Amino acid sequence: MTALLLRDLKLSIRAGGGALIGILFFMTVVAVIPFGVGPDLNLLSRIGPAIVWIGALLAALLGLDRMFQADRDDGSLDLLLMQEHPLVLTVLVKCLAHWLANVLPLVLASPLLGLFMNMSEVAIGAVMLTLLVGSPALTFIGAVGAAVSVTLPRGGLLVSILVLPLCIPVLIFGVSATYAAVEDPAPFLPPFLILTAITMFFAVLGPAGAALALRNAGD
Amino acid sequence: MRLIAENLSAHRGEDLIFSNISFNLTAGEALLLTGRNGSGKSTLLKVVAGLIRPASGAISWQGGRGETGVPVREVCHYLGHRNAMKPELSVAENLAFWRAFLGDRPGGAGLSVGEAAAAVELEAILHLPFGYLSAGQQRRMAFAKLLVAHRPVWLLDEPTAALDSAAEGLFASLIRDHLGRGGLVLAATHQPLDLVAAHRLQMQGFQYAQMEGEIA
Repeated sequence: MTALLLRDLKLSIRAGGGALIGILFFMTVVAVIPFGVGPDLNLLSRIGPAIVWIGALLAALLGLDRMFQADRDDGSLDLLLMQEHPLVLTVLVKCLAHWLANVLPLVLASPLLGLFMNMSEVAIGAVMLTLLVGSPALTFIGAVGAAVSVTLPRGGLLVSILVLPLCIPVLIFGVSATYAAVEDPAPFLPPFLILTAITMFFAVLGPAGAALALRNAGD
Repeated sequence: MRLIAENLSAHRGEDLIFSNISFNLTAGEALLLTGRNGSGKSTLLKVVAGLIRPASGAISWQGGRGETGVPVREVCHYLGHRNAMKPELSVAENLAFWRAFLGDRPGGAGLSVGEAAAAVELEAILHLPFGYLSAGQQRRMAFAKLLVAHRPVWLLDEPTAALDSAAEGLFASLIRDHLGRGGLVLAATHQPLDLVAAHRLQMQGFQYAQMEGEIA
């Protein structure tokens, strides 16, 4: 299993791996917002957390369709399916590799983009923390979409559309926890704990669903 | 060791590809699937590999020392049309990954990456990215994958595609070695492969016709 994790990480940073595509997209989306909204610093800092979260969500969805499709195209998926290791575990490791290579860089880039949006230190820290906790849920949900559409040649947009409704709760609680950290009356902890619960819930359900879909994908 | 298939049938979409195929292979035996394109050779191999669910029938595996109830797919190596190697990674990285990920079944041990590459006579190009190799070299490296982890059953789908005749001979001798160690081979191929005691199964489109040779 460590071998699979290392291989997927290596693949994502080699040529054509696409680990950088997500982060470039993220930066593009967030960097153009100030130009569109105009130089109203108060407004920017007010909408900042939401914009950074939306950008990260869309960027995280970007590379999802390749999660299993690349393995299917070269026949590796057949061998992954045949092994003694529980398929759920294999999928979980692939999710982990995908998150480390494609989504963790978005989390790390978010403070920089927070500066673009004139966010305070507290807000930047809160966005980073909520993204760190919430973004694995996006990968786990996306794994199901990627597994369902693995046989479709151009499933990229389809995966995003399938997955987006399920990602909305993550977005809602991520953003509301961030605002709660900045604005005084609302408590930070309840939305943050719900966000954690969503991630843990999908950490179980996502790989199981994706494994089921892969088993039945056939050919 | 025994691989038993009883009354296998398989669909592809709505169409029945084959029906009521039964065979029974013991240690050291090979079954060659022949037949026209589209007659269901690949589908049969995928059914045995557990990648397609049979419409009817069942396959079962009895290992040595009374090992039963193991899913057949777990004791099989499957070499399909696609090589299951990543073009971005070097050959050595590819083989090392499969060696670590597949692991050995009890009853044998896989070769090291270097030994496996030497067995297919390509030890000099282990450092190259897999994508740089020619089609024939890629096929040989995909075959080396079978050697790095021990599996008693080899399922080979057109193993000699894109190979020159010297490499065909090499493959045939590797397959004979595997049979000699008590392995089982199911191969869909048009090459004779010079196997002793090979059973033949002529796939005939929808209708499955005959098996030559003595079946235990």
